[in-house]
Amino acid sequence: MKAIEAKIVVLGSQGVGKTSIVAKYISNIYSKEIGPTIGASFFTCKINLNNVKVKMQLWDTAGQERFKAMAPMYYRNANAALLVFDVTNHTSFDEVKGWVLELQKNVQESMFLLLVGNKIDLEERRAVSHEEAVMYAQSIGAQFIETSVVRDQGIEQVFISIGLGLINLSSESKCSSMRRYESKDSLLSSTHSSMTNLSGIQYYDGVHMAIDISQSVEANGVGRVEIGGAWEREAYAHGYPQKTGWCC
Amino acid sequence: MSDISNFSDDDDSRQEDCALVDALSELNFEENNIENIRKRKNSDNQEQSETNSDPCSSNSLNFVDEEYDYLHDSEWINQKCQVFILSTAGKPIYTLHGDEDKLNPLFGLLQALVSVVSVSSNGNPDEDDDCIRSITAKNTKFVFLIKNPLILVGVNKSKRSEQQILNQLMDVYNQIIFIVTLKHMKNVYEKRNNYDLRKLVAGSERWIDHLLKDEKQTRISNNSFVSLMHSVRILPMEATTRDNITKTIQTNCSKIKNLVFAVLIANNKLITLVRMKNYCMHTDDLRLIFNVVECSESFKTAENWLPLCLPKFDPNGALYCHISYLSDDCEACLLLMTVDQESFSVLSNAKKNITEKLRRSNYMEAINEGIKDKGINLKTIGVPDIRHFLYKNKKNTQLLCSEITTPYNTLEQFERIEAMYYDLHNRIHRVSRPLKLIYEMHEHEIQLAWVTANYELYATFEPLVEKKSIIIAQVNKLLKYIKKEEDKIFMTGTHIF
Ligand SMILES: Nc1nc2c(ncn2[C@@H]2O[C@H](COP(=O)(O)OP(=O)(O)O)[C@@H](O)[C@H]2O)c(=O)[nH]1
Ligand SMILES: [Mg+2]
Repeated sequence: MKAIEAKIVVLGSQGVGKTSIVAKYISNIYSKEIGPTIGASFFTCKINLNNVKVKMQLWDTAGQERFKAMAPMYYRNANAALLVFDVTNHTSFDEVKGWVLELQKNVQESMFLLLVGNKIDLEERRAVSHEEAVMYAQSIGAQFIETSVVRDQGIEQVFISIGLGLINLSSESKCSSMRRYESKDSLLSSTHSSMTNLSGIQYYDGVHMAIDISQSVEANGVGRVEIGGAWEREAYAHGYPQKTGWCC
Repeated sequence: MSDISNFSDDDDSRQEDCALVDALSELNFEENNIENIRKRKNSDNQEQSETNSDPCSSNSLNFVDEEYDYLHDSEWINQKCQVFILSTAGKPIYTLHGDEDKLNPLFGLLQALVSVVSVSSNGNPDEDDDCIRSITAKNTKFVFLIKNPLILVGVNKSKRSEQQILNQLMDVYNQIIFIVTLKHMKNVYEKRNNYDLRKLVAGSERWIDHLLKDEKQTRISNNSFVSLMHSVRILPMEATTRDNITKTIQTNCSKIKNLVFAVLIANNKLITLVRMKNYCMHTDDLRLIFNVVECSESFKTAENWLPLCLPKFDPNGALYCHISYLSDDCEACLLLMTVDQESFSVLSNAKKNITEKLRRSNYMEAINEGIKDKGINLKTIGVPDIRHFLYKNKKNTQLLCSEITTPYNTLEQFERIEAMYYDLHNRIHRVSRPLKLIYEMHEHEIQLAWVTANYELYATFEPLVEKKSIIIAQVNKLLKYIKKEEDKIFMTGTHIF
C-alpha cells in the first residue's frame, strides 16, 4: 500500500484550542488541566485514506511572544499548516492573517492550508462570522472547517481533510520534502495511533527540522561549548568547568 | 561519619534569643506599620503617575477610587507571604496574590522606596551595598532584591529570616532568568525601559506561582524543604538498578553531539543525571527543573521541545530541551538538553530507545516502586521516638527526609513544624554566630539540629523522651542506618556521556 509521511505545523494565538484539537483527535482526551503549551509539542498519528497511509508529524506551537522566533523552525519544510482561531475572539482571527503572511513570505514549497474556527459551542459569543472566514479562506486558497472540541464537532474532519490535502499534494509531486514509499502494512481502516514514543515514529534524511546553522560547532579551548546561528537570543548556554562531584 | 556521644550541655545548645536583628536600623527606617505605609502610598502615587507617564500604558491611569479600595482588599492583604516583581522603571510584572494591574499604586510606592534609598547613595541601583535591603514593621518583613532591571520584594508575616526571604526571592529571580535569559531581558529593557516583561513570561506564570505556593493538596510534603536546605531529593532504588538506568542513557546518548545534560526525574526526585564532560549541573538549576516539570501538565501529553536557560550554568544562553515522560505507565520525566537546535529528531529517537530498553529490562517497575516511596519509615528502622527528620548530605547537596506522619500530616501541624525547621535552620546558620548544635525542648516536641562537616541533621522527637541518652542512641541508630543504606538513598558518583 502506498504511504506518505508529512510534516504539519499548527499555528494560532495562545488559547484558541490548538492543543485541545490535537489531543482530542490523537488520544481522545479533552482536559482543561493541560495548561498552555510551552515551546512546541510534537505528536504523530496515522490515518488511512483512499488506500494511502498518511503518517503525520504534527508540531503544535505555543504562540507566545518569546517563542515567535522559533516558529520558522516548525513551518519550514512543513507540508501543511493548520491555522486555528477562536470564533469568539476576532483578534485571534486577525493573528491568523499575520501567520499566513509570514508563511507566504518564507515558505517556497507549496503547502496545504486548513483554516479552523474553533469553539463554535460558544455560538452566542461568536465574533467571526462563518462568511467572513470562508471568504478569507478562499482568498488564500485554504479550506475552512469550524470545530468544537467540547462537543467533538469537526475534529475528525480536520484530520481527514489534512490527509486528503496531503495526498493531493503528493500526487501533484510538487512537494519534494514529503516522503512517499510503499508500506508493507496491511490495509486497515482509519486508525489513530497515539503520540507516545512507542508508536513507531520514523525519521528520514529528507527533512530538516530547523533553520540553517551558519557556523559549525567548535570548542574554543576555554572549556566552553559554542555554536553559532542560534535563534533570536544569539547565544547558547556556556557552561563552566566543573568543580567536584556531580553537582556544584 | 562522626558520633553524637560528645553531645553536651554547653551554651550553644541552648535556645538562642529569638529576636531577629533589625537589619534595617542602619537605613534609618523607623518602626512603621502597614497602616503608615498605606497612608504614604497615596502621595507617592501621584508622584509616580506623573513621572511614569507612558501614553500607551493604561496602567498609569489607574488612580481612581475603586483601585484605592483594592489596596485594602483582604484577598491579598491578609496573606502571610507576598511577592511583588516590578521593573526598575516601576512597571508591575508579578504579584503572588491579587492582580498586579489593580495594585499598580503599590508598585509605584515600592519603586519609590528603592529609588529614594539608592538616590541618596549615588543613584546606582545596580550596586549591592547602597540599596534598600529590608524594612521590618512589627511582625512584617519587607525584603528587597534589586537585580537591575528587576526589583523583587518579598513580604512575610511569619518567622522567616531576612536571608530566607532573600533566598526565596533569588529562586524567583532565577526562575525568570530560566524563562527569558538574562541577556534577552537586558536587551529588551535597553531598547525600551518601559517594557512589559509579562509578554515574555506569558504562559509560564504558573512556574513562578508554583515555586512560591504549593497547592493545598500537595502542601504537606517533604518537597517544601528542598529550597530551605538548598538540595535535591533522590528517588530511592538499588544502586545496581540506578547504575543500569544510567548506563542505558549513556549508551543511547554517547554518540549524540552537543548533548549537555540528560536528567531523569520522578515525583520531584532525581533518578539519574548524565552530563557532558567538564560541565556540571548546579543544584539550584536542578530545583528549577523540578519545579517546572511538576507544574507543567502539558509535558505529559506529548514530546516537547523548548529553549530553557539554566541560570547557574549560563544566565545568558538557552539550552534546547527535549522533555517527555517515559510512558503512560511510568511517570518519570526525561530531559535531554543540548546546544544544537537541530537535534530534536535525534533526541526523540534516543528517548524512544531508552524507553524500550528500560521497559525490556523491567527498570520501569523499579522506578514505579521508587515513586511510591514516601520517605524513610522511622518505625521500621527502630527509632520510634523520632517523629520526623531532615538529613542533608553536604558533599553532594542531597536531602533525605522521613515520611510525614502524625501529628504533622494535617495542614496546620505541617505548617507549624515547617516554620520550626525554618527557625532552627536560621539560628544554627546565623552569620554572626553560627552554631554546631541546638537541642531544645518545646511544648509539643523536642528538636535537634546538628551541623557537621559532612551533613546537617534536623530532627523532631516525641516531647516526653525522658533521657537525653535515649535521644543520642536513636540519633546514632538513624545515622548508622543512613550510612548503611547510603548508596540506595543517595546518588553517588558522577556520570558523563
Ligand atoms: N468552549 C470551548 N473551549 C475550548 C475549546 N477548545 C479548547 N477550549 C479551551 O480553550 C483553552 C485553551 O485551549 P488550548 O488547547 O490550550 O489552546 P492553545 O493555546 O491554542 O493550545 C482551554 O481552556 C480549553 O479548555 C472548544 O472547542 N470550546
Ligand atoms: Mg497549546
